[in-house]
Amino acid sequence: MNPKSDLPQGTLDLLILKIVALGPVHGYAIAQRLEQVSQHVVQVPQGSLYPALHRLENRGLLAADWKETETGREAKFYRLTAKGRTQLEAEAASWERLTGAVALILKLSEGGAE
Amino acid sequence: MNWWQRLLHRSEMEENLDKELRFHLEQHTKELISRGFSAAEARRRARLSLGGPEQVKEECRDARGTRWLEDFGQDFRYALRMLRHQPGFAAVAILTLALGVGASTVMFTVVNGVLLRPLPYPEPEKLVAMHGHSEAWRTDLFGEQNVAYPDFLDCQRDSRSLTLAGSLFDGGTISGAGLPEYVDLREITSNLFSVLRVNLGQGRAFLPEEDRTGAAPVMILGYSFWQRHFGGRPDVLGASLSLDDKLYTVIGIAPSGFRLRDSEPDVMTPLGQDTAKFLQSRGAHPVGVVARLQPGATLTTAQAELRLIGRDLAQQYKDTNADRSFVVQPLRPDIGDVGPTIWLLLGAVGLVLLIACTNVASLLLARAISRERELAMRVALGAGRGRLVRQCLTESAVLGLFGGALGVCLAAWGFRPFVALWPGTLPRVEEVQLDWRVLFFALVVSLLSGFLFGLAPALRAPVHKLELVLRGGGRGVAVSSRRMHSSFVISELALAVVLLVSAGMLGRTLLHLSSLDPGVNVRNVLVGRMALSPGTLADPAKTRAAWNDVLERARRVPGVQSVATVDTFPMREGDNEQGYWTSADVPPANKLPFALMTCVSPDYLKVMEISLRRGRFLDDRDTLATTPVIVIDEVLAQTAFGTQDPVGKRLWIPEVGYASNVFEIVGVVGHVRHWGLAGDDQAKIRAQIYYPFSQLPDGLMHRWSQLMSIAVRTEIPPLAEVASLRSELKGATGDQVLYEARTMEQLASDSLARQRFLLLLFGVFAGLALVLACIGIYGVLAYLTGQRVPEIGIRMALGARPGSVIWLVLRQSLGMIVIGTALGTAAALAGGRVLQRLVEGMQPTEVSTFVVMIPVMVLAALFASFLPARRASRVDPVIALRQD
Repeated sequence: MNPKSDLPQGTLDLLILKIVALGPVHGYAIAQRLEQVSQHVVQVPQGSLYPALHRLENRGLLAADWKETETGREAKFYRLTAKGRTQLEAEAASWERLTGAVALILKLSEGGAE
Repeated sequence: MNWWQRLLHRSEMEENLDKELRFHLEQHTKELISRGFSAAEARRRARLSLGGPEQVKEECRDARGTRWLEDFGQDFRYALRMLRHQPGFAAVAILTLALGVGASTVMFTVVNGVLLRPLPYPEPEKLVAMHGHSEAWRTDLFGEQNVAYPDFLDCQRDSRSLTLAGSLFDGGTISGAGLPEYVDLREITSNLFSVLRVNLGQGRAFLPEEDRTGAAPVMILGYSFWQRHFGGRPDVLGASLSLDDKLYTVIGIAPSGFRLRDSEPDVMTPLGQDTAKFLQSRGAHPVGVVARLQPGATLTTAQAELRLIGRDLAQQYKDTNADRSFVVQPLRPDIGDVGPTIWLLLGAVGLVLLIACTNVASLLLARAISRERELAMRVALGAGRGRLVRQCLTESAVLGLFGGALGVCLAAWGFRPFVALWPGTLPRVEEVQLDWRVLFFALVVSLLSGFLFGLAPALRAPVHKLELVLRGGGRGVAVSSRRMHSSFVISELALAVVLLVSAGMLGRTLLHLSSLDPGVNVRNVLVGRMALSPGTLADPAKTRAAWNDVLERARRVPGVQSVATVDTFPMREGDNEQGYWTSADVPPANKLPFALMTCVSPDYLKVMEISLRRGRFLDDRDTLATTPVIVIDEVLAQTAFGTQDPVGKRLWIPEVGYASNVFEIVGVVGHVRHWGLAGDDQAKIRAQIYYPFSQLPDGLMHRWSQLMSIAVRTEIPPLAEVASLRSELKGATGDQVLYEARTMEQLASDSLARQRFLLLLFGVFAGLALVLACIGIYGVLAYLTGQRVPEIGIRMALGARPGSVIWLVLRQSLGMIVIGTALGTAAALAGGRVLQRLVEGMQPTEVSTFVVMIPVMVLAALFASFLPARRASRVDPVIALRQD
């Protein structure tokens, strides 16, 4: 089994926003895509996915419509709102700054600064 | 969707949530099947990876943000359902609370009306009172000082930040139209109504040109006086009424409920028309001043301005105004000394409310424990701890609100009878009514008590050891809950002890005070104020003759033993306090010791039966032609002369207003409790001086005659004499009035009215507390014993005798009783000190009070715990062991 990592606090919202940004998508597909894209490193506890979706919808970052899937079933499709897009950009930028900084620190060789 | 739309479409949203999760599960299952799992295994895995669907739903609902409201609605309905299912519990809890909240609300209605409500004038915060201030004035003895009329006029003219208005207390005899009647007269400045911003009920206010000497006499009637004498007829406007033999035209009627310096005047006349000499002097300070701040002015700017005006006056009039200044304060109603009584009662009532809350809390706790299984089930189904706490609190808040609503109904019905019970007249009684502030208080108190008694059970909501609770079926009472039950009982007992001991202290105080010797024989003495025929007041010689005539006439009435005139008699309002000195080098006025001066005729000693200790009392030998003499009481003799014989010595009384201020002491009499049975020992001025009415100088005759009363000793019950005295004393001209006739017995008893009233209420509260505490201890023990029935069954099956079972239960309650009374005793000691500070004549706490009151508590509590104990001893072991 692949080693799995816990998601750092607050990243789930960012990941959801990113996936939904690619096009309207229902909850189950979001869960699958998260696993596939992260090559099974990130496994979202599905129990917390739906509360997160509802919370984002409640904050106006996501909107939802009931539509038919390719198989003809009715499902709730989430899409990004304008507010959601702004939020995504802001959070992505701050995430990159943070990871860049963390990476820099980790690159320091043992024995202190040269 | 905004929050209320979400709230409206709640069922639709629930459906959608369900559909969404179902879709997820189905998709997942389908995928797992396609990967080769069996259908059943695929469904199981899909469910597992999603987590319990109910928990997920709960979390999604939480994410919606309208959760608390939905929950509240749900909890509210649930709480109502629970109460309906347990009507007995609901009734007991709601009634207990209603008593507690009702009693507190009644007391708060009084606090609100008397102490909190603003003055009944528009923009009351802009109204200020102006007082005079000088070094020699002893505010601690005499209260705030009023203002001289010329000073008032100067301030009124010069002030830019204040509009000043003045009024003067006076009295007079109205005659004609079925009268004479002696009336409460106020002389007021023409702008008084406009400064207070009060519109007249009928007619008009005084004009500035009517507020001067020599203007046509006009008067305004008080609303009640108008109703009483003219039945509210408007045609009285323009009519003429005779006041002290002078005809006045009625030009206006004050509006109903109008108060001026806290009482309703009968009649008002323009102050500027009064030509009395003391009004022209800057040395006399009779005018009460009220003022309204001009727009933009503040208390500080007004004060600064008055300081300047005061300084100018001090330079101009060195004799009278040298150290005189003027002070403004926000205008406050004068409520006398009822504040402490009211707060004391509110405190006592608060204790009763606390006991009520504790009772309901222990009921709720018992219920919470028996509901433990239900609550555990809810946790298992996904309810969070916060959610359960909220639900329990909603239940107790609903209880609190029902109790509070009923309590407010009780209060609405009960506060008028309560106010009627108040000893004497409650100041501002017309302001005591249910208003939004009272309702708000009741709401807050109900919710707070709901929170208070709901918190303990709510915090017990089970979260840990779920399966233990579910399996155990809610038997085995946790130690913590038993401890909590005990602490409820202990605090109830302690609170009840405080109230019982306070009631005991008040009872003892009342007994002690009633046994005191007032210094006079109060039996069969009638006192009443006397308004002479107005025609006689102008000429001092005529006035003296009129008083002699009054005494003559009274003596002629059958059943009258003796009669005397007196200006201020004991145990009622009114006194004349003067500084005295024992040698000619009199120090400044504010360094002098003070004594009460009473002006009497010779028979006063006989009427009151005051004991004569040395020398002689005043008699017919003391006339205007002889040396001014006085008689002092033993208190003054002791303080001024110690062991020496005061008879023959002299006193200097500088401010008395006689030509010579030296008086010869001719006798010493026993002390009279002038300030009432309760108040006299703590009074600031106790020493007494009697001086003869026959030696009163002509200059004081007019003023004194307005104040004089008569005292009559009768052979029959004195009230039976009032009618014949009144008709006899009308005099030759038929316009003399004997009014405010009271017996000395009434006055003596009234001087204890406050203590008696407090005792009554504390007695009622203590009784209530005792009953509630006993119900509490009974309920808790019955419950705890009920929980132990199987254990008791085993004990009895093993041979325990009923006696030892009773002891087993009693031992439990004895522990609580001992701790409760110990804590209560400590609290009562502290409470006793508060009582002593607030109640006049209060006896210090004594062991005997505790020795009497605590057994009452202990016996009642033991009785309450004996009932469940006996029931436990009659448990049938076979049935007990089969239970559960």
